[in-house]
Amino acid sequence: MKPVSIIEGTAVPLDRSDVDTDQIIPSDWLKRVERTGFEKGLFSEWRDDKDFVLNNDVYLGANILLAGPNFGTGSSREHAVWAIQQAGFDAVISPRFGPIFKNNSTKNGLVPVEIETTIAEELMRQVQIDPNLYFVIDIAKRTLEIAQIGLVVDFPLESSIQDRFLKGLDDIGITLEHTEAIETFEKQRNSWLQRQ
Amino acid sequence: MGKTLSQKIWSDHLVRSGSGLPDLLYIDLHLIHEVTSPQAFDGLRMNGRRVRRPDLTVATEDHNVPTENIDQPIADEISLKQIETLRNNTAEFGITNYPMGDPHQGIVHVIGPELGLTQPGMTVVCGDSHTSTHGAFGALAFGIGTSEVEHVLATQTLPQPVQETMSITINGELPEGSTAKDVVLAILNEVGTGGGIGAIAEFRGSVVESLSMEGRMTLCNMSIEFGAKAGLIAPDEVTFEYLKGLENCPEGENWDEAVAYWKTLFTDQDATFDREVVLDGAAISPQVTWGTNPGQVIPVSGYVPNPQDYADPAEREAAERALDYMGLQAGSEMRSISVDTVFIGSCTNSRIEDLRSAAAVAEGRSVASGVRTLVVPGSRVVKEQAEAEGLDKIFIESGFDWREPGCSMCLAMNPDKLTVGERCASTSNRNFEGRQGRGGRTHLVSPRVAAATAIAGHFATPEDLS
Repeated sequence: MKPVSIIEGTAVPLDRSDVDTDQIIPSDWLKRVERTGFEKGLFSEWRDDKDFVLNNDVYLGANILLAGPNFGTGSSREHAVWAIQQAGFDAVISPRFGPIFKNNSTKNGLVPVEIETTIAEELMRQVQIDPNLYFVIDIAKRTLEIAQIGLVVDFPLESSIQDRFLKGLDDIGITLEHTEAIETFEKQRNSWLQRQ
Repeated sequence: MGKTLSQKIWSDHLVRSGSGLPDLLYIDLHLIHEVTSPQAFDGLRMNGRRVRRPDLTVATEDHNVPTENIDQPIADEISLKQIETLRNNTAEFGITNYPMGDPHQGIVHVIGPELGLTQPGMTVVCGDSHTSTHGAFGALAFGIGTSEVEHVLATQTLPQPVQETMSITINGELPEGSTAKDVVLAILNEVGTGGGIGAIAEFRGSVVESLSMEGRMTLCNMSIEFGAKAGLIAPDEVTFEYLKGLENCPEGENWDEAVAYWKTLFTDQDATFDREVVLDGAAISPQVTWGTNPGQVIPVSGYVPNPQDYADPAEREAAERALDYMGLQAGSEMRSISVDTVFIGSCTNSRIEDLRSAAAVAEGRSVASGVRTLVVPGSRVVKEQAEAEGLDKIFIESGFDWREPGCSMCLAMNPDKLTVGERCASTSNRNFEGRQGRGGRTHLVSPRVAAATAIAGHFATPEDLS
């Protein structure tokens, strides 16, 4: 994972609640064994609708996805995170995330920004009025700032995840430093669980 | 202060904790399948890493396998490649795989328990959100993404932040005709799709205690639908009875030792939960979803809600969009809505008890004309058991299509799909837009309601049938 400290740019307002991972990337795309090439699958069932917000040219080049509550619920498919990133997004803002999606995001360097529902609704309205609102997400400070409207809000990010984002650390590498503790644990597992 | 069941399992699996890092948990059982593992194995190879415990890792082929003509090669080339990739990866890293056609093959959450791989007090993970199913045995079981699959393969552990605890108590007794599926749909109606986020849910109360292992699996299976990290139930005599003699369960002295430990796995009386939900079992009638998320639930005897009745603007808008997608009118009686297809299967409801309850409704009756049906057993073991009991004949004589095991129409990764506008009564777990095929309209129900609906041609309970 690459280090990430500041994400800045414009946002696409995806004004829907309960956008599940089946919507983000339909199951047909899950047959692929590769890790790349998922951008065309992103919201593919909605992309045919010319009024779908991602087809609106005024949001072209946006790198932040602003969504309604319960974003990324459902299936554990990490393909959802890959599709969002490969389509050019670096962060997703929502009042609440599906837990597995959120976890998957943090493993890939896609920043989940959780903000209060009322602020999210207001932001949604503002971005619909002004697509050029410039978002600055600061990982070190855990803040989202939009200078044009004088908004600064904190968002939660567990310190170990924040650290991994900032340093671009590999989770497996961190755990392998504790191999001795794993070996010790394995020796004391209940006897009936030993299989080998 | 005492500990909850999940806190006990958590602390028994702590490899390390503290110093600014999340807890590191040991994983007792890692189940894998063709869809979420290929990129994880690639990651291992890229970094020159091995699988730490192939003996604690078990694979099967379930998500994309066809449910007919399985003696022939898979026609879809991309699916075929994915299956071959799993076979190559498991062979290369020394992992047991139960391939299509094997006597032990089936949906990963059906075969784990029936092989006795899932046991009380274990930590169980799988790259599939319905891993919560295994919580029925008093295991801490949860779904993970592909990066975490790679992490478990390499280290047999997972870093996990501590979760909140949630109790969901269902008191009293269920009315005749209501099932575990109706209970979990009623819970979803109560707490919504986000009600469990950040928590591990424990199901408790007299209704839960009275459920069979199959019913408990149905209940835990859908924990992820309200966002819980996991759902679990304290093991008891029902659990031990189910496990005794299963292939991978302990025997002799080991069995006694294991049971003695399993009996310590309950929530202490003085333990407290961060969130508590209480439901009255007697008030739970057969349920059905009307919308496009599993929290949009009403009784089968009910009417399609009116979006204008929702005070919250976001909920109102979601309801409007759902009715539009589902092609439904507010105020319509559910029983008046006809279906095109009925699907009985999935990791939620494809076990022997589910098939028995659907067959009991089907026996001596016929599927309504024009209704397409699929009965897909959860595993080959379930299929053979059902055939030994003659359930296949009952289904076939009633006009149901009897298939080979797999995930099938639950997620439309194999040829079993809905077409645009096709309406389906389904015993699966997700009614998301397009989940069962692009443009398809899914209504979640129990196996007995699904069978009754197939016969009536519109939503119905068995009691509605003449």
